[in-house]
Amino acid sequence: MDTEAIYQKPTEAEIQGLLEARFGDKVRVTETGTRRVYADVDREVLHDVCVYLHDHMTFEHIQSLTGVDLVDNLRVVYHIDNYFNGCVVELNVDIPNDDPHVRTISDIWVGGNWHEREAWELFGIVFDGHKKLERLLTPDTYEFFPFRKSYKLRGQE
Amino acid sequence: MMERNLLDIRAESDELTTDKMWVIMGPQHPFSHGLWTLKVELDGEIVTDAEPIIGYLHRGWEKECENRDYPKIIPMTDRLCYAASMTYSHLYCMTVEKALGIEVPEKAQYLRVVADEICRISSHLMWLAAVGTDLGNLTVFLWSMREREYWMDLFVRLCGARMTTNYPRIGGVRNDITELFDRDVDRCTERFEKALWDIIALVDDSSIFVSRMKGTGVLTREQCVNLGITGPAMRGTGVDFDIRRDDPYEVYDKLDFEVPVLNDGDSYSRYLVRVEELFQSCRLIKQAMQKIRSIGKNAPYRLKVPSKVPAGTAMCRLEDPRGESMMYLVSDGTEKPYRLKVRSPIFVNVSAAKPLVVGSRVADVPVIMAMIDMCLGETDR
Amino acid sequence: MAYKSILDWITFGNIMENPWYPFGDLYNLPFDISYKLWEIIGGALAWLINLLLPGNPVSTWLVADGTSVGGALLIFMIVIFLVVFICTLLSLWMERKVLGRLMDRRGTMIGLKGFLQCVADGLKTFLKENTLPKKIDKMTYMWTVALVIGVSVLIACMIPLSGRWFVVNYETGLLIIMAFFALAPFLILVSGWAQNNKYSLIGGMRAAELMISYEIPILIMIMTGCFLAGSFNIGDIVNAQRDIWYIVPMAIGFVTFIFCATAEAERTPFDIAEAEAELVEGWQTEYAGMKWGLIMLAEYFRGYVSCAMIVILFLGGWNIPFVSDNVNNLVPELVFLAKVWLVFFVMILMRGAFARVRTDQIVNIGWKVFMPLSVLNFVIVLLLKAGGIY
Repeated sequence: MDTEAIYQKPTEAEIQGLLEARFGDKVRVTETGTRRVYADVDREVLHDVCVYLHDHMTFEHIQSLTGVDLVDNLRVVYHIDNYFNGCVVELNVDIPNDDPHVRTISDIWVGGNWHEREAWELFGIVFDGHKKLERLLTPDTYEFFPFRKSYKLRGQE
Repeated sequence: MMERNLLDIRAESDELTTDKMWVIMGPQHPFSHGLWTLKVELDGEIVTDAEPIIGYLHRGWEKECENRDYPKIIPMTDRLCYAASMTYSHLYCMTVEKALGIEVPEKAQYLRVVADEICRISSHLMWLAAVGTDLGNLTVFLWSMREREYWMDLFVRLCGARMTTNYPRIGGVRNDITELFDRDVDRCTERFEKALWDIIALVDDSSIFVSRMKGTGVLTREQCVNLGITGPAMRGTGVDFDIRRDDPYEVYDKLDFEVPVLNDGDSYSRYLVRVEELFQSCRLIKQAMQKIRSIGKNAPYRLKVPSKVPAGTAMCRLEDPRGESMMYLVSDGTEKPYRLKVRSPIFVNVSAAKPLVVGSRVADVPVIMAMIDMCLGETDR
Repeated sequence: MAYKSILDWITFGNIMENPWYPFGDLYNLPFDISYKLWEIIGGALAWLINLLLPGNPVSTWLVADGTSVGGALLIFMIVIFLVVFICTLLSLWMERKVLGRLMDRRGTMIGLKGFLQCVADGLKTFLKENTLPKKIDKMTYMWTVALVIGVSVLIACMIPLSGRWFVVNYETGLLIIMAFFALAPFLILVSGWAQNNKYSLIGGMRAAELMISYEIPILIMIMTGCFLAGSFNIGDIVNAQRDIWYIVPMAIGFVTFIFCATAEAERTPFDIAEAEAELVEGWQTEYAGMKWGLIMLAEYFRGYVSCAMIVILFLGGWNIPFVSDNVNNLVPELVFLAKVWLVFFVMILMRGAFARVRTDQIVNIGWKVFMPLSVLNFVIVLLLKAGGIY
């Protein structure tokens, strides 16, 4: 497959093939469904994968960016949209607890800006290169990350 | 703005200069339609910079859900957005059903579509009312609210509540259509399709209304997509995408409707898109009601579902009246979700406030932001 | 002259024969009423004092010609103000009811078909605490609002209701009313500075911006009307359109003038100085309680004056065309007020149907539409005048 060509309406199989051809075992497509592609991505290549999806497969829109605290490690989940055929790519990036850094994607999709701020304030995931990583929903005086599992609600203890 | 002595200004320069000033619009401001703040920097009347501030209503909704059983979250989803509560409970049920791997009965799917579209109409009418007040005309406000009242009554006929409806269930819907609903829904739809022309005549035929909306808040297609703006605001900017048509859920692929798209990218085209969506929703309701009647009264509308959801993740998205809403569920095999993420369309749309309002006049700010249709319950969660 | 009974003290003499009569040889109905009222009050007082101390000079002083006119003038002021005040309250009530019906609601419902709501609102604002924000320029803050209200009430009182119902009969009546009318935007501008609030400041700036856009067309049209009548005197202008109203030769001017007068009264669609969508309440943001209530009332006074000017210039004032003088002179005041309320009704319809324009749009409309139209109107009148039709 030609990894340099531009695909405006890539099929699920094309996405899987292109990602694996371009990034090798650093991107592992775990599952595909109708208009859905699920993949695990190493955090070193995350930004490259995003740029590739944006530039070569017209994934113009980041739908959401979710932080998940899996206790053993943190995870960032990206849902990226293609407006031409309604395809969604889900990228799962695992990051270790002691080094919660991942490169920002808000330089590719400006719409990811507030999603990253939210993930930072609620989970403490630092997005390197983000222009304004400040607290958005919670007060500026907070010194903890309320959505981590270590932060217990009443009745949860 | 810092307080400065008049003498200091004189000392700085001999020439007469004008300062820019920050005006903080909100959280208690007539234009904000909820608790949020838009800081705008003004040079005379021209906006040169803007910064939206949200978070006044943050309840930790997603964290609260981690503490509750799956069925107990449905009433909470109604509290996400007061104007379009049904879409969120629908979306939540769809997400859990996907994680469970079950297919809801066909009748329930049609009922959900009907409920969703009624919700879309009432939400759009609420938006039309807000546009009226933002443009300084109360007649549009009261007429839209009058029309909205009929749809609220339909909600009462369908599920007994006006705003927090609590109607969808995991595996179906709570109840079948009632006789009163069956009687009134067609009457209401037909009446509305005529009555909406009153409001359209009041707004579209008035050159003042049109000149206030035309050419304000202009975005190009690339800007709009990159900023993550979704929903009618996006379709008014030339993006031909609607989840109902392009990534269909439930039974939308069996129904016939059109997606209005306009290429101007200003407030007026966003307005036109929403008004056209009102008519399309009426079309959808009529078709879905026909199907429900042909399916018959005794068809099942709800499945029994297990209380435990198998471990895994599930993602669902849905065309909310305001844009794309999405839920992402991580389950660990217990009765409670491990993590439930809500993607609110307004959360992203409002982050694009700066490119939308910069360069326009301060009088246009309410109009431009009205086209986003703010709802803070879902934004702050 | 011997005073025996009380009827000797209260004579109800002809005021025109009083040497102190202040209106020359023009009959003034409200003054006549107040003169008679004073005769009752002063005569009764004089009679009482004379009963106790017969033959004292105070009693005769109280019923002397000059004293009677002085006392009558005091009552005259109250009568004039009360009539204007009630007319304004009626237009306020009319706005609430008509606007309510336009919007498919009932409007006010408290007493007398909702009229008492105005009274209740007035009482409520009067009972409110007098709050002043910190860091305002207190003197300017209070003076400007007092002047805005005062000037509005003054011009509302200066509008004559008929040939016999006036305060002063100036040769330049219309110009003086116009001059006072145009004062308010300056005061609003100053008030915007004084309030130490950015919304008020922008509102004040907008008032000035609005003024430069409609003031010149409106003056040109007033001049045209006066040119047609050959006088600045309101009575002369009205009498000149005894049978054919000036709306016929000045049809273009009439439409333009309605919009300009709406802007003058700062009503929708030209209420940009208090645009509540973006400026909270515009230049009134920091005024609370009674001050705010009076400002709102002053706005209706200004609306009343705007409508009255349209009636005087275009709709024939207090005259009914093609009727005999006997009928015409029956109740000209009510005819005038009916016409004023008719014009105000049109303004309410405009408020119900239109959105608020933007500042740059109103300046555009003012200079590119109103201004040429008013000049065109003047040219038409000039041709009519040169052609000898008027």
